[in-house]
Amino acid sequence: MTSTDTAADGVASFPAAGERACTIQTTVNGVRVERALDPRMTLVEFLREDLELTGTKVSCGLQVCGVCTVLVDDQPVSSCTYLAADVDGRAVRTVEGLAREGALNGLQRSFAEEFALQCGFCTPGFLMMATALLERDPDPTEETIREYLDGNFCRCTGYQPIVAAVRRAAARKAGEAGGEPS
Amino acid sequence: MSGTRETAGRSVQRPDFMAKLTGAAQYTVDIGMPGMAHAKILRSDRAHARIVSIDRTAALDAPGVVGVITAADLGGLFPRFGHIVPDHSILAEEKVRYYGEPVAIVVAQSAWAAADALELVRVTYADLPDVLDVAAALAPHAPLVHEHTYGGTADESFRVLTGAEQERASSNLAHEVVLEWGDPDAALAGAATVHTTSVTFPMLYAYAMEPYNAVASYTGDLHVISTAQHPFMVRDDLARVFGLPLSKVRVTSPFVGGGYGSKSYTKVEPLAAIASWAVGRPVKLVLDVEESIYTTRVDSAEVTMTTGVDSSGRILARVADMVMDSGAYADNSPLVLAKAVNRCFGPYRVPNLRVRGRSVYTNTSPASSYRGFGAPQGNLAGETNLDQIAERIGMDPKEIRLRNVVGPGEELLPGKRGLDADLAADLEMLVDSLRGARSEDPHTGIGFGMSVSDAGAFPVSTAQVRVHVDGSVTALSGSTEMGQGSRSVLGQIVAEELGVEHSRVTVLQSDTGTTPYERTTGASRTTVLVGLAIQRACADARAKLREMAAELLGTPIEAITDVAGGVRTDEGKELGFADIVRGWFGSNAGEVTGVGLVRRDGVTQKMPPFWEVGVSGVEVRVDVETGVVDVEQLVTVADVGFAINPAAVEAQDLGAATQGLGAALFEELVYDGAQLANANVVDYRVPRMSDVPRRIDLMLAERGDGIGPYGAKGSGEGALNPIGAATLAAVARAVGRWPDRLPLTPERVWRLSCEVAPSQPAHTAPDYDGSTADAISDGTQT
Repeated sequence: MTSTDTAADGVASFPAAGERACTIQTTVNGVRVERALDPRMTLVEFLREDLELTGTKVSCGLQVCGVCTVLVDDQPVSSCTYLAADVDGRAVRTVEGLAREGALNGLQRSFAEEFALQCGFCTPGFLMMATALLERDPDPTEETIREYLDGNFCRCTGYQPIVAAVRRAAARKAGEAGGEPS
Repeated sequence: MSGTRETAGRSVQRPDFMAKLTGAAQYTVDIGMPGMAHAKILRSDRAHARIVSIDRTAALDAPGVVGVITAADLGGLFPRFGHIVPDHSILAEEKVRYYGEPVAIVVAQSAWAAADALELVRVTYADLPDVLDVAAALAPHAPLVHEHTYGGTADESFRVLTGAEQERASSNLAHEVVLEWGDPDAALAGAATVHTTSVTFPMLYAYAMEPYNAVASYTGDLHVISTAQHPFMVRDDLARVFGLPLSKVRVTSPFVGGGYGSKSYTKVEPLAAIASWAVGRPVKLVLDVEESIYTTRVDSAEVTMTTGVDSSGRILARVADMVMDSGAYADNSPLVLAKAVNRCFGPYRVPNLRVRGRSVYTNTSPASSYRGFGAPQGNLAGETNLDQIAERIGMDPKEIRLRNVVGPGEELLPGKRGLDADLAADLEMLVDSLRGARSEDPHTGIGFGMSVSDAGAFPVSTAQVRVHVDGSVTALSGSTEMGQGSRSVLGQIVAEELGVEHSRVTVLQSDTGTTPYERTTGASRTTVLVGLAIQRACADARAKLREMAAELLGTPIEAITDVAGGVRTDEGKELGFADIVRGWFGSNAGEVTGVGLVRRDGVTQKMPPFWEVGVSGVEVRVDVETGVVDVEQLVTVADVGFAINPAAVEAQDLGAATQGLGAALFEELVYDGAQLANANVVDYRVPRMSDVPRRIDLMLAERGDGIGPYGAKGSGEGALNPIGAATLAAVARAVGRWPDRLPLTPERVWRLSCEVAPSQPAHTAPDYDGSTADAISDGTQT
């Protein structure tokens, strides 16, 4: 874990591929995690391969499609291009952390009710980005939703059901806060 | 079944929503196997070259490397695949035919180690002259992409598309289809108006968000888990590669992260399989998006369409010529071409017709199926041409369509099924909605179009239903769930037929080892063909359950009738399915399996099984300063006979239309020399949330005119097919000039609008103003 002195020729050395040369402490979906990992490992590799949280997917690999979105200290990030080492001391939230005790949260229920998913590959990214939006703006306009989620691609739905789902989730939350049935 | 329907016709929620909303849904990319190694592919960095040598010594010495595999290692195997023409080398043999072609597989302990070692494989090439587009490929004495032709596969339904046995190739013509009747030349000579339109359909990438990937284990038997839309077709290819009986090859497709035709047929499965065969361990191979783009793209097309009409706008003849750039391997392009040929002239009465289509090999990435199967390419030419004629003769574009459209029951293609749709009624619905909501802005335009497709593919489907000892039901189908919602719909059919709660039905799919045969999941076939197979399986299960009930009760079989969830006797005694299964087996154990089979017989004798309808329209607003096109309004009509799940049908139409808008406005793969300039989704722009039309009207037209369950027909492709021509016409009407290619990028639209003489007033007509005086200039020869 600390054996970074592998280069015999004295040149400043990098750890070999796969060598777990750095240690991080983080919280993932509320669970404390301490791991040694390869410094070049991306956050999504850490989540999928080390923690087996495979709900987070990868598509473009270039930080544009939004599929791999997770929240780091409540900020949405593209986990395909975010180094796992950089979550040291931070809290990570993924799609697996949304449901509580097996029950879908209001945003997830809204996606189901509005048919806002088809193949489902982009869905975790949309859920996390929409979570970030609703935490900042509990009652976003349609324009705000379109702008905020513009960096999340979907090839199946034509997007409108996703817009409707986010609006429904906001209304549901407002209804719950006002004591009305959701 | 009599009486009102309980489940069919309701928008029940997707049974997979829980898994897909919690991250629990399993896609191929989430699956590993014990002892698995990881593969990366070394790809050609040139378009056309002879492989002189491959030196893998350094790669084999690299840390973690398990093996390096080249074509030379495949002795004893059949080293190619292809369901129509087995021309596709798994690894390049002797020469590479396109930039990005797999040359070697590096297998290592980790994906990183494999990626690192790729750079250590040294390939020496001797460049060959290349043909990078159809013009070069069809030029006299052009270098040949394939030096010989290939015999067809054993598949009878593709025989018509394939040539004789292997022989020396004389050109880069991969395939040619001619469709002809009447005397089109004479008819054109006698026409009041003759008009020709040439359009270019762009090279596209379907961009299913889960890139191609597979994990394979060869242990004498072969098990491959992959992103395949058609696992049974892939199984057949793999069985040929390894010389294995079909029973020894198992292909499993878990949830598929988008398909749209791009995951039809065989892709990366042979690479993963031969890697596992070679190294003796399970091997996982995951492509990135760039590699996926180089694996399969969409055929681009140049189409010229000439139509002659009489003075009342009736079509007298249509003559078309299309050339598709199919890339380095045939894959499904022969079928795409055949479909483009019969879909390009539209759902119209054409008494004299000649269409010539050519699919051409080039040294570019291989093209294959894409949602709509040749219809998007062909329809763009046919509908644009019709719109231009209407304008020339001063006729409403709706009127010219109504005057020529094929009516219900009428034959569109000789010997084929009569049209099982009312297109005129659909068009009225569409245009009413589109014109009713249109804006007054002068820089807007409306466009719409129609298509019908001989859908459903070859009708071979099988299904099973298992009625369990507690009365719940598992249905098995070899079809694949790639987002379209087939698990909802098939489960609804089971619930309806057996009279059980939808929530007590589970549908399991797409595993050649455990689910019954399904030819393909494409051509919008699942609801109709698998639906019929499921209905028959339910009827078979019910027949068995009636016999068992008769035996249990000691009553004649004639005294037993079906009721929801069970049977009843003449005396009014009822037995539920659970009572029958438990009673017959004499224990709280056992189950009853019903089997349903569909072939070319009875309602599915006549081809196609159904005509898939596309009736779509848009209103666009053009920013004349920038050329940016905004879609203000989208209208679709789903002529599906009966919507078993209306929300799912609407979802298919909106998704399909949005994909169509991608090709119409944004999407185009661009070759810059040997390689693509935009093999990524930064530069290859797909529709985003901010591009969604502000007003969307998704209409259902349910007339019970399909052969599927409850009168259903398929959907999923139709709404896309006319979108290209509709958008092109809408932009033409907004800027006053006809484009001749897609996509209508801001630069193209801006240049187009600049070509209008400055003195000419902005075109303020709606889609039709009744005069020809300010007819839109199309710049084409007539």
